[in-house]
Amino acid sequence: MSGYQDVIVAGFGGQGVMLIGTLLAYAAMEDGLNVTYMPVYGPEMRGGTANCTVVVSKDDIGSPIIHLPKSLIAMNRPSLDKFQPRVQDGGVVVVNSSLVDMALADTARVQAVGVPANEIADSLGNTKMANMVAIGAYAQLTGVVPLDVLKASLKKVISPNYAKMIPANEQAIQAGADAVRA
Amino acid sequence: MSTPGERVLIKGNEAICRGAVDAGCQCFFGYPITPQNDIPEYMSKVMPNLGRVFVQAESEVAAANMLLGAAACGIRAMTSSSSPGISLKQEAISYMGGTELPAVIVNISRGGPGLGDIGPSQGDYYQAVKGGGHGDYRQFVLAPGTVQEAYDLIGKAFDLAFAYRNPVMLLGDAIIGQMMEPVTLGSNKETESNSPDLGWNLTGKGQRDPRLLKSLHLTDGALAGHNLRLRDKYASMEKDVLFENFLVDDAELIVVAFGSIGRIAKSTIRKMRASGKKVGLHRPITLFPFPSRELDKLAAAGKRFLTIEHNLGQMVDDVRLAVRKHADSDFYGQMPGNLPTPEDFEQPILAALGVNS
Repeated sequence: MSGYQDVIVAGFGGQGVMLIGTLLAYAAMEDGLNVTYMPVYGPEMRGGTANCTVVVSKDDIGSPIIHLPKSLIAMNRPSLDKFQPRVQDGGVVVVNSSLVDMALADTARVQAVGVPANEIADSLGNTKMANMVAIGAYAQLTGVVPLDVLKASLKKVISPNYAKMIPANEQAIQAGADAVRA
Repeated sequence: MSTPGERVLIKGNEAICRGAVDAGCQCFFGYPITPQNDIPEYMSKVMPNLGRVFVQAESEVAAANMLLGAAACGIRAMTSSSSPGISLKQEAISYMGGTELPAVIVNISRGGPGLGDIGPSQGDYYQAVKGGGHGDYRQFVLAPGTVQEAYDLIGKAFDLAFAYRNPVMLLGDAIIGQMMEPVTLGSNKETESNSPDLGWNLTGKGQRDPRLLKSLHLTDGALAGHNLRLRDKYASMEKDVLFENFLVDDAELIVVAFGSIGRIAKSTIRKMRASGKKVGLHRPITLFPFPSRELDKLAAAGKRFLTIEHNLGQMVDDVRLAVRKHADSDFYGQMPGNLPTPEDFEQPILAALGVNS
């Protein structure tokens, strides 16, 4: 399939992994692509990790559930432990190196890229934006959607009550992209 | 109400709501249960603002009987629930079948039997397709495989309900209900069937002749005549059969799967095609009427069949009946409680192809 990408976005509940998964899905739609967003709910939600799967394709999408993803965003250690072994060989793994020891990244098998998402978000004034840093880095590494489309989609996922937060979130997305730019 | 052509990213459950609202649904009667809760939640916000009716009933039984009442008045009305709640609605559905009332019922099914779990499952196929309540009745059953289809089919559900004066069920699962996909809105419309006097509905007698809606036929031979007429009506539904064929023309083996499992199997099939395996997909979209004629045609063309379901094997019975003159169907059942992935279907497909791996 052309233009195909899939990703599992995982972290602690509260790190905003569902939000950046939704943001990526909106951006893909705005970019004219087909996309599915599948939240995982159930027992896992009450345990360690929350996660969602986003599939992006120019063609119509079959499964919205992916066991062996092409890429992963791991916002915490349990997420890396659980999902890294399933990432396809050579797949992109964005690791939140603020919380995860990069020695755990399987660099021999996957393209693991450490991003100190919490530190970068702190430096922009709000540690809660670590998720935006991570999705910016991911978009930069994979080119799945253009950064400007990702930023423009923020207004779709951030409620109007928090519209004043959008410029800072745009900065966080850009900072994440800059952190992984070769 | 949606702007025609508007493209939005929404959950299947919300697509069902927006499709129903656009199709002129005037009344919604619900009761909470996961994984369909987004439906009453959305309707509770939107329906009152449109001057329409939202009722959170005291029970599923009450909601289903409110639906019966609205349908008897010729009102476009809907209820939704998940498996155990749908079981509670069956008595009213049977009465609506017998009384020939146009009503839309949504089942975002969950694991079973009993309380099961809140995950996806196709364990309610028999209940939906064979008549979950008592008596010889059938309901139209529509099974969306995408969020767009959920929007489109709920509009169709209202049209079919009024065209046939019959209950119509939209059968989804937690995958269809909870996933988000882009949907192009605005194609669902109210049709003339929403006119106040349909010639049979209860509108207040006024000066016209009285009307009686009932499912009780005690006079000699009356029930037999009624049932035979219902039989003919159910048979006539075949002209509204819907299905998707994917890469069937040169296929040796055809996977038959509906709803979310159909689309997941499509991913498996694409992958296996890349390695030269001649596999195709037949995805029934109407489960009743079942696309038996199409399956018979495929069987006559020499195809072999593998039915894949998210249950212990229910639709496979209908596939076997459809292909019986020329073929049989193998079966693979993914158990509810496990999320199905494309990889799960590779071995069963290879086995059905007779390939050792």
